[in-house]
Amino acid sequence: MKEEPYKLTAHELIERIDKKETNSEEIIGSLKKRIKDVESKVRAYVRLSNSHFSNLTHNSQHLKPDTQHLRPILRGIPVSIKDNICTQGYNTECCSKILDGFKPPYDATVIRKLKQAGATILAAKTNMDEFAFGSSTENSCYGPTHNPWDLDAVVGGSSGGSAAAVASDEAILTLGSDTGGSIRQPASFCGVVGLKPTYGRVSRYGLIAFASSLDQIGPITKDVRDSAILMNVISGYDSFDSTSINVDVPDYTKSLGMDIKGIKIAIPNEYFIEGLDKDVKTIVEEAINKLKSLGANYKSVSLPHTQYAIPVYYIIATAEASSNLARFDGVQYGFRAEHRTPNTEHRLIDMYNQTRGEGFGQEAKRRIILGTFVLSHGYYDAYYLRALKVRTLIKQDFDKVFTEFDCVVTPTSPTAAFKIGEKIKDPLRMYLSDIYTISVNLAGIPAISIPCGFTKKGLPVGLQILVKPFNEELLFKVAYTYEQNTTWHSMKPKL
Amino acid sequence: MDYEVVIGLEVHLHLKTKTKAFCGCSTEFGQEPNSQVCPVCLGFPGCLPVLNKVALDYAIKVALSLNCKVQEYTKFDRKNYFYPDLPKNYQISQYALPISRDGFLNIDLDDKTKRIGITRVHLEEDAGKLIHREDSSLVDFNRAGIPLLEIVSEPDINSPQEAYEYLTSLKSIIEYLDVSDCDMEKGSLRCDANISIRKKGARELGVKTELKNMNSFKAIKEGLSFEVERQTELLNKGKPIVQETRLWDVRELKTVSMRTKEEAQDYHYFPEPDLTAFIINEAQIEEIKKTIPELPQGKMLRFIKDYGLSKYDTKILVFAKNNADYAEDCIKMYPNKDKKPIVNWLIGPLLSEANNRNCSISELKIPGGKQELLKLVESTQAGKISHLMAKSVLNESIDSGRPCLTIIQDKNLFQISDSGSLDNIVEEVIKENAKSAADYKQGKSNALMFMVGRVMCKTSGRANPKMVQEILKRRLTDA
Repeated sequence: MKEEPYKLTAHELIERIDKKETNSEEIIGSLKKRIKDVESKVRAYVRLSNSHFSNLTHNSQHLKPDTQHLRPILRGIPVSIKDNICTQGYNTECCSKILDGFKPPYDATVIRKLKQAGATILAAKTNMDEFAFGSSTENSCYGPTHNPWDLDAVVGGSSGGSAAAVASDEAILTLGSDTGGSIRQPASFCGVVGLKPTYGRVSRYGLIAFASSLDQIGPITKDVRDSAILMNVISGYDSFDSTSINVDVPDYTKSLGMDIKGIKIAIPNEYFIEGLDKDVKTIVEEAINKLKSLGANYKSVSLPHTQYAIPVYYIIATAEASSNLARFDGVQYGFRAEHRTPNTEHRLIDMYNQTRGEGFGQEAKRRIILGTFVLSHGYYDAYYLRALKVRTLIKQDFDKVFTEFDCVVTPTSPTAAFKIGEKIKDPLRMYLSDIYTISVNLAGIPAISIPCGFTKKGLPVGLQILVKPFNEELLFKVAYTYEQNTTWHSMKPKL
Repeated sequence: MDYEVVIGLEVHLHLKTKTKAFCGCSTEFGQEPNSQVCPVCLGFPGCLPVLNKVALDYAIKVALSLNCKVQEYTKFDRKNYFYPDLPKNYQISQYALPISRDGFLNIDLDDKTKRIGITRVHLEEDAGKLIHREDSSLVDFNRAGIPLLEIVSEPDINSPQEAYEYLTSLKSIIEYLDVSDCDMEKGSLRCDANISIRKKGARELGVKTELKNMNSFKAIKEGLSFEVERQTELLNKGKPIVQETRLWDVRELKTVSMRTKEEAQDYHYFPEPDLTAFIINEAQIEEIKKTIPELPQGKMLRFIKDYGLSKYDTKILVFAKNNADYAEDCIKMYPNKDKKPIVNWLIGPLLSEANNRNCSISELKIPGGKQELLKLVESTQAGKISHLMAKSVLNESIDSGRPCLTIIQDKNLFQISDSGSLDNIVEEVIKENAKSAADYKQGKSNALMFMVGRVMCKTSGRANPKMVQEILKRRLTDA
């Protein structure tokens, strides 16, 4: 085969595997070499020590060359996993000190499905903001991942490692998670494709929870077809997840057609206001015009409760997070602070305080405190309960729009990738970078971010498409059509 | 100063489901520590709860039996607090929309029936078990995740005795439904109490104390009684009652303050986002209603009406369902209209045999079954065998496996009621015990019983004691 396997997409590799031009062993070898070459610059993976390197893959999942062309959809192709998705026997730590050394005794459902589909699961995980708290991957206990398009820039977050690995060809396929934009925003910062499925489409069993009513696992990939292939594998009802929904999984690759004539696109006014970078605005408007030239129609609409999305999100998400993270206390697994205080009466409290004080990073503590506050006696009604009600209003905004329109199109992020260190000292400014992605999680609808251009500084810009629940087929159709009529997806950073 | 006691009881029951409330682990009691656990009940990262449908069905069954209104829409909430026996550091419980509320339970007090309100019945999961050593503590998570039913009463209970009655009535109902073992020793039934006192006629409630660590119904009664005295004494002296949690000390027989520093803990209740709400529709309720048997109170009223039994006797008979069913079979089979004899046997010798053998009446292996028992009872009624003799025959029958009547025949235990034979033996005894005879004639009545005893001895207990007494009296006064 003339091209290096690591440069190709999964669907291209599947084709070549079937033609016996390559095999999973060769692909994995090629990937390893690529990681060795550029990982020191990008830092997409974590805990990738020398020993880990040689053990990069789950040996048991190594499909023999001669069996690869048989049924398993993924033919032994490697998949890189975000550090908050449980892989049996392999460290899963959410890039947090408090989960130091944690090896789950079970696989997440999506991992089980990937294995059944013949994937090779990489043992090394991709970098993330600790517990998914962040929009830049700067909150990782391992330090930030660097953007392959500009090594001084952030990769976005919290699934920054996965997005970067795809952009730098250090991964063929990856999984991330999205609570407020954590798949889409890094995908847009890194010029790759990121999809957040409908809430309940993909099982959350084995995803270390941040905000239970908002989290979803989704693919971050080089192109739309790869995303559809992964969605075919990971989607579906799971009896272990009471919030997963029993809706048939169609073959998403069949949606990859190119006819979007007559598709009605809604452009929300509230997403094109002050705060949106001029460059990004221009590029996104060009993309919308491109869609028009391909046969779609667009019209302005209003999503009147957009302005409440961020406060509603930060109340609900932190409330749920404060409870979900209560289990990290040093009792059963992970990090436990060394016993220091001799005072017997307070030993338990001290262990809790010291373990959590040392084990959690700043942003984790900030969110736990905020979440505890909004649930506390006397404040519950004013904050949490009210936020739940406004959440319904935000969802209803979308319900209304979808009665008349097929999809909503917006920029994924108000800016392209900012510099490492630029926003980290100002949490509120950091929170505002989620402004276009957050409503989607609150409403539970699916959304995809696809590359649609570059700023004058050469940084990728993402276009976000939203559809109504369980309508991922339309999402793929529109995204694929746009992608195949542009060349953004074939551009690679110079590393 | 006349005070009124106000008590509310909070009962927690382990539901007898095969698996835990939110995962598939076994709920079997007494297994090796941490052998019945999985990532879900251990609260491992990434794990999610899935509701055990049978637990929900059992909860509805209890709610209906306690006359509660079952909610059409119910959901779970998280109760957040930190403790090592709570793997997730929150308990999945129900706060805002419990499965049921506003029910009642009737208790029998000497001459009347009193209605005790039930505020709510809801479902939650249990925590693990802590074992404290001198320098460390151990946790066993086998119990973590076992479904618990919480039954909260209104503060309608006005004495420790009423509390006791409430608990026995409740236990009886639950046992009929077969949804819990209700065994305080095994921990499948726990009870905490809230108690306060106030001047009779006052409308406002007094300061309440919460009482914990009472591990038997007896302890609950004793603990509450102690509290009534303690609070009464304080109020009489003009001292205030502190709102606190107190523990019952079963050795010292007193309540002791827990000395906790915080006030009411804030549990940050919020809806459990990992579980959907559950709809309970009419059809489901009807299905569950069909599985509810005749309950103790209903059975008691029916026994009194249909068989003419006394309230006292019936209450003992109906307490346990299998006993009640056994008893009813016997009563129906007993040919006479007056059922007193068979009932006396059931609540007397049979119950005592069962208690001695640590089983229920229905579990007694009486050779020949109920038929043989009835034959025995009829024999005593016909005077063929003394009551005392029959009791020991029953005991021997169960031990040996031989039917009662066979034992009576083989050992020739038939009562001697024929005056001719008795006469002869009495004469013998009078001759042999001249001094006693003389004592009796001089007015010492004990001597008579002594000589009855001698006759019984000579006949190996077979003489009809009543007749012996009569004959002795006659002979001694005649001569």
